[in-house]
Amino acid sequence: MGYVTGLKCRECGRDYAVEPVYVCEFCFGPLEVVYDYKGIKKVLTKKNIEKREQNLWRYKELLPIDGEPQVGLESGCTPLLKAENLAKELGVNELYIKDDTVVHPTLSFKDRVVAVALTKAKEFGFDTVACASTGNLAQAVSAHGARAGFKRFIFIPATLEPSKIVASLVYEPNLLAVDGSYDDVNRLCSEIANKYKWAFVNINIRPFYAEGSKTQGFEIAEQLGWKAPDNIVVPCASGSLLTKIWKSFKEFKEIGIIKELPTKLFGAQATGCSPIAAAMKQGTDVIRPVKPDTVAKSLAIGNPADGFYALQAMRESGGYAEDVSDREIIDAIKLLAKTEGVFAETAGGVTLACAKKLIETGKISRDESIVLCITGNGLKTQEALSGHMASVHHIKANLASFEDVLKGLKT
Amino acid sequence: MAVKVKIPSPLQRLTEGKEEVEGKPGTVIGLLNDLEAKFPGIGERLSEGGKIRRFVNIYVNEEDIRFLKAEQTEVKDGDEVSIVPAIAGGCEPPREGVANLLFVENH
Repeated sequence: MGYVTGLKCRECGRDYAVEPVYVCEFCFGPLEVVYDYKGIKKVLTKKNIEKREQNLWRYKELLPIDGEPQVGLESGCTPLLKAENLAKELGVNELYIKDDTVVHPTLSFKDRVVAVALTKAKEFGFDTVACASTGNLAQAVSAHGARAGFKRFIFIPATLEPSKIVASLVYEPNLLAVDGSYDDVNRLCSEIANKYKWAFVNINIRPFYAEGSKTQGFEIAEQLGWKAPDNIVVPCASGSLLTKIWKSFKEFKEIGIIKELPTKLFGAQATGCSPIAAAMKQGTDVIRPVKPDTVAKSLAIGNPADGFYALQAMRESGGYAEDVSDREIIDAIKLLAKTEGVFAETAGGVTLACAKKLIETGKISRDESIVLCITGNGLKTQEALSGHMASVHHIKANLASFEDVLKGLKT
Repeated sequence: MAVKVKIPSPLQRLTEGKEEVEGKPGTVIGLLNDLEAKFPGIGERLSEGGKIRRFVNIYVNEEDIRFLKAEQTEVKDGDEVSIVPAIAGGCEPPREGVANLLFVENH
């Protein structure tokens, strides 16, 4: 099996063979996987998909592997929740939450991309996987890599918060805490990637790794009864997820799985790091880099290299981009939790707060279907909420003390 | 002492395998044009019509030139110029300097 015909530079169109390369040697543009859609159309039908196991590999013909899936066999197929309480709160008719706070095994959409990246790393014959990260990616590579039997090298800045270190270290990777800033970690990893023949998931495996994000879009379309939503709000850091969700809907249309593509794509950013939203609002396709300053650290990319493509996708679909303050992000995290019982990390707060704004300003119509992509679990970024929570009621161990409190509560 | 220019691995074929070469003081765009004269082919990979290509990031002393004067940013003897492919993606913010986008926590 395998329907990948090669790699192609998105900028200059030069062709490359399927190898662990990530950047066009000529113009430095990103390389994109090319598929044989005619061949895929013959085998990947709704019926065939429905017969398969409930995991992200049920769309395997549209993922960049040659053999059978080897990693992440329990990942993906997260719930698409019909959010009726939140819909009422926002004054809209049909609202869904794509709940990637519960992807196996590390509770963020990074489990999708790493499942694909590590399967590809096995196909390429690597025995060691690596990444530079301070968060979700470190955990996903550590966990998936452990189960798949890889040697793992995870590079983090030495100053990382203890809770984040524990969440990676528990899987016993080789965790390298580098003296210096994240920037220094990156520069070091670049040299290591050149010298050692390892699968750096977000460097030399990147064209394959990024394709894993499409599974979120495939699942949404399937869960909506094989149709694409009218509106989808996606958090943007590099802009890669939004770009890949657009690609997933287009591919489903290309192979005849969905008939219509009415979807408008909306990018969500924190105002403290909103180069994509700023370019959208200014009507330009030139992204001006910024220095991030926001509580939403997983989205804090000041220089989003897929920003150009994300803008293109939003404009092509008739969508828009919005940005929100840290305060709005925190409020949205709490709103999502208290209406739908979903505890999202800060990126989820960005998505909901931007959706709210887009609805209020009429960019998203109240009577159309809306999907919010919630990409990671709030247990990972609990410190973001400190000082913003309702307080607990301290009582003595007797009924009178309890009833004193009860009297003061609004019921 | 000239300007130190760090060459990324995809371009080292053009610099006889050298990771670091000497550059001419002046402006960034002038330095790139001068590199083209010494290492034919390198200039067109980095710039087009006097503008740096979209997927090329250039740092002078670790600062992204888009935070300085872009192509007209001045470079002098002893400065260090890094040429970095801006592969799609990003990272959490470094504690100092700009986000280096070789590695990615991308959404």
